[in-house]
Amino acid sequence: MNTESNARGESSQASNAKSPLLAKEARSGAPASPPRGVSATRPFYWSVRRELMEYRSIYLAPLAIGCVIVLGFGFVLRRLPETMRHPMMLNLPHQRDTLSQPFDVAAGLIMAAAFIVSIFYALDCLYGERRERSILFWKSLPVSDLTAVLAKVSVLLLVLPAIAFVITAITETVILLMSSAVVAGSGLSVAKFWAELMPLQTMSGLAYHLVTVHILWYAPLYAWLMLISAWSRRMPFLWAVLPPFAVTIFEKIAFHTKYFAGFLMARVSGGTEAVGDSGMLDPDMKMTPGHFVATPGLWFGLAFAAAFLVIAARLRRYRGPS
Amino acid sequence: MSCIEARGLRKAFGATVALDGIDLRVEEGRILGLIGPNGAGKTTALNAILGLTPYEGELRVLGRNPWAERERLMRDVCFIADVAVLPRWARVSQMVDYVAGVHPRFDRAKAEGFLKKTTIKRESRIRELSKGMVAQLHLALVMAIDARLLVLDEPTLGLDILYRKQFYDSLLNDYFDGNRTIIVTTHQVEEIQHVLTDLMFIDRGRIVFSCTMEEFETRYAEVLVRLDQLEAAQALKPMHERQALGRSILLFDLKTDKLDRQQLAALGEVRTPSIADLFVAVMGNQQQGAAR
Repeated sequence: MNTESNARGESSQASNAKSPLLAKEARSGAPASPPRGVSATRPFYWSVRRELMEYRSIYLAPLAIGCVIVLGFGFVLRRLPETMRHPMMLNLPHQRDTLSQPFDVAAGLIMAAAFIVSIFYALDCLYGERRERSILFWKSLPVSDLTAVLAKVSVLLLVLPAIAFVITAITETVILLMSSAVVAGSGLSVAKFWAELMPLQTMSGLAYHLVTVHILWYAPLYAWLMLISAWSRRMPFLWAVLPPFAVTIFEKIAFHTKYFAGFLMARVSGGTEAVGDSGMLDPDMKMTPGHFVATPGLWFGLAFAAAFLVIAARLRRYRGPS
Repeated sequence: MSCIEARGLRKAFGATVALDGIDLRVEEGRILGLIGPNGAGKTTALNAILGLTPYEGELRVLGRNPWAERERLMRDVCFIADVAVLPRWARVSQMVDYVAGVHPRFDRAKAEGFLKKTTIKRESRIRELSKGMVAQLHLALVMAIDARLLVLDEPTLGLDILYRKQFYDSLLNDYFDGNRTIIVTTHQVEEIQHVLTDLMFIDRGRIVFSCTMEEFETRYAEVLVRLDQLEAAQALKPMHERQALGRSILLFDLKTDKLDRQQLAALGEVRTPSIADLFVAVMGNQQQGAAR
């Protein structure tokens, strides 16, 4: 009897003694942290969200352009039935051009807005946090420099194109519905109108253009800007623009050639291999992904982009606030 | 395992040596004050400990190499590098959401609890907050993280006395539990005297003085010497002598000079010196030594 009660007493004591120990183990050891898969993606996900909190123009700028387009289109809408009855409309290619024009303008403007936002974002995303010293706060949290840089580049290569696509799609849908209502109201055939516009084809062409040009072809451009953003202590824009400019001038003076300038132009206005001989975003745009993938410039560009990003991540690790 | 262990820690920026071979050991559960003049290497030392800068020599923080494993280390280490480094564009609620998102050991309820005690509004942007409120917010975020080491580099610089007092009070009452380790640097030494368990002076990249606060209190004594005892007191070789309100105040090292308090009591009123006075004494002697 005595031994039994003793044993009980001991066991309860042992468990009492154990609990603080266990608590300590949970604190010091890795087991307390969430499972690996979760801990790898959560910092990335929240880093992307942080970028959207900080740079609201990522979605506000394309959205504002979309609203302006819809408003502006509302004004010219009155003339649409008149345009459709015009004798020139008997000419089919002309008819299609005229009808699809507002849609091309909408897509072009929204994508241009997204591109401009991309440039400003890429130049500021690693520089701004050093300038305002908040880098010291970001680095006090368990997020690696590589995660931070990958989150920033995925804003450029995934989030912004996706936002541009969605806002363009919504804008064009609104325009289409508005004009369909007017066309129907003036007694013309809506079906014929839709058949001329081929909205689904326009959308897939837009997506193709975003992926080939804005993501794959521009990747090294953005990565270069991010590299400068991570490196420069002040005036990142100047540092991003001046060196290529200097090389161009040097080449012109020293060798009387313009290869580097041509190379830069091909990068900025390029990616045309993706559509063969047809014009970019034309209604009869041909998609030639095979030809595009076989372009050496694409792969060189992507290799440079990867290298620039690795250097940017390293720079972020070394650089303190500027 | 000690919390921080450094051997021959060295860092040079070009020709300027910021850390000149520091040996350091901080046990867990200590509150260490790192005191030094501007440019002494305090921030460089802390940056090395936090994995913000590469260094030469050996350094282990919680058993890890901070430069190689900053990301992993930051799950157990928190720091406030400076006042007002929170992103100015962010809203208070966004900051709480973000830290809750990325930090596995962040307790949101705790942070909300700390914020409730302040006048900070959840929807305010940080740029709209006063400097003191930004410090309160940062402290609330940091205290809600179950970290093992907290590093504070001039956390109260430029704050008024009310905020400074509040800052250290809540740190002691709501955060420190005897297991965590805290390192703090500040120029307002007198305000942290009662907070610290350990003291370290750093000058020109070297640790010039280090002791526990218990040792500090037993080993050093300050005497307000009566006028007629001044010569006798000076004969005991004080570390430092200063004048205040027409009286001489002499600082003695009881251990090195084998003095006891009774002996000193005969000379005048004996009291524990402030860290600032000891700092001035140690630094003064250092400079004399260097000049010689």
